[in-house]
Parts: sequence; C-alpha cells; structure tokens
Amino acid sequence: MRSLKERIIAVFFSLNGITAILILLGIFYLLLSGSFLAWRDIGFFDFLFGRTWNPTGFHSASYGILPLVMSTLMVTAGATVIAVPLGVACAAYLAEVASPWEREIVKPVIEMLAGVPSVVIGFFGLVVLNRLIARTFSLSNGLNALNGAVLLALMALPTIISIAEDALTMVPTEYKEASLALGANRWQTLRLVIFPAAASGVSAAIMLGIGRAIGETMTVIMATGNAIAWPRSMFQSVRTMTATIAIELGEVAYNTTHYYALFAVGFVLFAITFLVNLSADLFLQRSSEVTRR
Amino acid sequence: MENSVKIVTEKLNLYYGNFQALKEVNLEVCSGKVTALIGPSGCGKSTFLRSLNRLNDLIDSVRVEGEVRIDGENIYDKSCDVVRLRKKVGMVFQKANPFPKSIYENVAYGPRIHGVRDKKVLDRIVEKSLREAALWEEVKDNLSRSALRLSGGQQQRLCIARVLAVEPEVVLMDEPTSALDPIATQKIEDLIRALKQKFTIVIVTHNMQQAARVSDITAFFLNGEIVEVGNTGLLFTQPVDQRTEDYITGKFG
Ligand SMILES: Nc1ncnc2c1ncn2[C@@H]1O[C@H](COP(=O)(O)OP(=O)(O)OP(=O)(O)O)[C@@H](O)[C@H]1O
Ligand SMILES: [Mg+2]
Repeated sequence: MRSLKERIIAVFFSLNGITAILILLGIFYLLLSGSFLAWRDIGFFDFLFGRTWNPTGFHSASYGILPLVMSTLMVTAGATVIAVPLGVACAAYLAEVASPWEREIVKPVIEMLAGVPSVVIGFFGLVVLNRLIARTFSLSNGLNALNGAVLLALMALPTIISIAEDALTMVPTEYKEASLALGANRWQTLRLVIFPAAASGVSAAIMLGIGRAIGETMTVIMATGNAIAWPRSMFQSVRTMTATIAIELGEVAYNTTHYYALFAVGFVLFAITFLVNLSADLFLQRSSEVTRR
Repeated sequence: MENSVKIVTEKLNLYYGNFQALKEVNLEVCSGKVTALIGPSGCGKSTFLRSLNRLNDLIDSVRVEGEVRIDGENIYDKSCDVVRLRKKVGMVFQKANPFPKSIYENVAYGPRIHGVRDKKVLDRIVEKSLREAALWEEVKDNLSRSALRLSGGQQQRLCIARVLAVEPEVVLMDEPTSALDPIATQKIEDLIRALKQKFTIVIVTHNMQQAARVSDITAFFLNGEIVEVGNTGLLFTQPVDQRTEDYITGKFG
C-alpha cells in the first residue's frame, strides 16, 4: 500500500521533469524547423553574417542578423561593464563589511528590485534616463544603447548581488580566520582568500545576471530607440534581437520568409542564452565542489 | 632562549554580550616553555587563546577588560598594531584549515601579505617552514599539489608551517590534534617539543595525557576562571585545589 503510494509520487515527479524537458525540446524543435525554412530562402551565411536587417525593403528584403546581434551584444556588454563591478562590490560589502542590521535592510530591498516589472524599468528609461542622457551628452534624445545598458544593469544587479553574496558567505569562516590570524587585513583576506574560494559562485552569479540581460525585451524596446541601422556607438539607437522579434512578429505575414527569419533570430537568441546559462551551471557545480569539503 | 615572561594577562575579563566568558584571568606565560590550558568544555579556553591575538575582535558582541601584555606592551591599547600583533602571535586551529590552494601557496601566503615578493626568498621561506613543521620530506616533490589533498595530520602540519613562515614569536594552538589519529597526533606532539626551543607555545587540549606529555606549565580553567596554574608535573600529581583534583581524576568534565 505504502510502496504503491510512493511509486505513484515518484512517477508523478519524474513525469513533471520529463514534461519540462519535452517542452524545452518542443521549443527547440519549433525554432529550429522554422529557422531551416528561413535559411533555405536566405542562405545560412547571408543570415548570420549579413550586415543589413531590412525585411520590408522596397526593392529587395535583406535578413542579415549581424546588426541585431551587435545591438544585443553592445547593450549586454554595456550592462555587464556597469553591473559586474557594482554588483560584486556590493556583494562583497554585504558579505564581509556590512553590519547585521545593514544586511537586513539592504538585502530585501535589492531583492525587491528584482521584482520590479520590466515595463516599469523601461518607463523609467523612457522618461528619466532618456532626458538625463540627452542632456549630459547633448544628444537630440537619450534613447540609445547606453540607456538600455544602464537599465539592464539595473535589472541584472539583484541577481548578481544576491547570488554572489551567497557564494561569498558560503566560504568557510576557517579560511577567513586563518588569513586574519596570519596578520592579513580584511581587504587582503577578501582579495586573496575569500574571492578565490568563491570564484566559481561569483562567476555563476555574473553569468546568470548576463543571461537575464540578454533575454530582456520590454525594457530595451522602450529605451533603445529601435532603429535598425548598423550600430556604431553606445550613443546610437539600436535594435536588439529580442526587440526585433517582439516588434515584427505582430505584423509579419504568416508563412513568409520574414516570418521564419524571426524564428531564426529566436533560435540564435536561444542558443546564446543556453550557452550563458550552461556556463553558469558549470560554474555553480564547480563552486559546490570547492565549498563542500 | 632564556625563560623570561613573554605574555602577562592581568584581570582579563571578556564578555559575549551579557555573558561573561573570562573572569579576572591572571596568567604569565614564559618563553621557551609550553603552556597547556585544560578544563571542561565551554570553560573559556578557546576564548582565552583567541584573546591573545585579538581574534575575538571579529565577533561584534565581544567586550574586553583588563590587560594582555606581550613583551610588556598591552595589546588592547589603541596604539597596538593588530597586523604586527598577529604576525608575532600565530595561531593553529582545532580543525586543520589550509586554504584551497597549493601547498606552496599556503606557506607563502603569510610572507606574501607581509611584503615578500622575491621568488627566491619565498622559496627559501617555504622550504624552511615546511622543514620546521616536519612536513618537507613528505611534500617536497610536489609543492604545487592542492593542500586539500593532504591527510588530516599533514594538513595540520601544513597549517603549522604556514604560521612558522611569518616568523612568529608565540604560537597558539587550539586542540591541534583533536581531529587526528594517534600516529598523526604523536608527530605533532614531537613537533611541539621541538618547536619550544624557538617559540613560546600555548596549547589548549582536552587530553590530559597530552598536556602531561608536551607541556611544562599547565593552567586549569573552570567557568571562565583559572583555578590553578603550576608546573605540569606537580599539577597532575599534587593538585592544590580540590576542583583540579576532581577534574584530573575524571570526577567531572
Ligand atoms: N561567539 C560566541 N558568542 C557567544 N558566546 C560564546 C561565543 N563563543 C563562545 N561562547 C561561550 O563562551 C564560553 C566559552 O567558550 P569557549 O569556546 O572559549 O570554550 P572552550 O573552553 O574552548 O570549550 P571547548 O573545550 O568545547 O572548545 C562558552 O560558554 C560558550 O558558549
Ligand atoms: Mg575550544
């Protein structure tokens, strides 16, 4: 009787797991099959390395994904440059310097930041950051890659801070005591002992933060201006892969090359986020091996 | 080394918040001798030891009264340089705690943070310290191996080497062999006897035979107070205080 119940529960849970995997495979299949149709029409290399994305061109349409990839990379890299030092420093502060009550206030606030809807963040970019950037750099408007990068940094920060902080506090106190007892100061201990011991956890935090930034859509639609020109600088309007899919998929005619090209864009995006998350996973695995002594 | 007084604690009181863990502790520790601290669990031995290199500073709730003078200088004075103090007063912990780095990096860590850059000098310090810790012969062929791969006893000797590498004058040991098997324990005890020529050693131990084997002076702690201090041989054979006698004859603790 009891074993039957247990078996049912076991089957239930494994079914859940299998369903999740099947759904993932289904998405993968959907994207890939659509992508093949697109690549048949466009040509794989023209798609991947083409420098113009202009699906509605009057004379001829072109489906070069490179400007979209570039836009995504610029915005994400910008966000990374801003969020990583800030997030890691903040995590180090919380883990090693902050007093217990500071931690008790700051941590929930940061985790609340993770819950702010992306529309609201995008709205902030559109209204506040837009003007701020335009004024500081004397531009006609502030809807550009920089704006998106700042907002995405804001969105990646909670992930980075909270996971990196976990990794830092997981470092056994024995290491810290050993270092301090040898006459190291706090900063040396943090730099030479705690960070190296938490390196994989902190890397995972960074990767997960970046993963979040790459996939973000609403914010970048609202804040980056969405021009489909070749992106030249952070002060130019850009159009990321996510924004392109979201904007164009609503208007595209069913079963056209354009329609399938958007699938192919989705596939590339999927592949990139998959790789980023996979590396985060590998880092996390490594970190649990280090801290589990 | 002549046997002069190295450490003096005077009316040392230590509180964790409202809880008083050390009460009016007066103790003199002589250089060139091994001083053992014994007493039942929770009586404040570790707390006392950690107050000698100010490691208790890490705990926010800790408050200290009284004086700890090392070479005549009160280490709780505002002018005391904690980095210098901890360089001079090294510590070996109960659980061997090598860094998750190579053997070489573990030993070189201390000298590095104190400003030694020259690779040749570092090599020399590493070898010298590992020899002093009686570990050199076992690890000399593979110094780049992870310290975590060593056996428990080797790890503990590595930790001792790591302390010796900063050339301390005092070495504090908090139950350094409690996690080790008898053979590893014996190696460490031999090491302690060898090291006492050069260093002032204070060792906490739960094992009274160990105190008898390695120490010259023994202090018996009970509930945060020192009940009795004396020559190890005398304290174990002719204790003055009834409570000491009860403890060493195993009537409690
Ligand atoms: N961080 C702390 N906060 C509050 N109380 C503490 C703390 N550390 C130790 N204590 C208390 O101080 C007393 C002395 O502790 P200590 O660790 O010095 O004992 P000990 O003699 O080393 O014991 P053991 O032989 O078990 O290691 C104990 O009652 C303990 O509960
Ligand atoms: Mg103890």
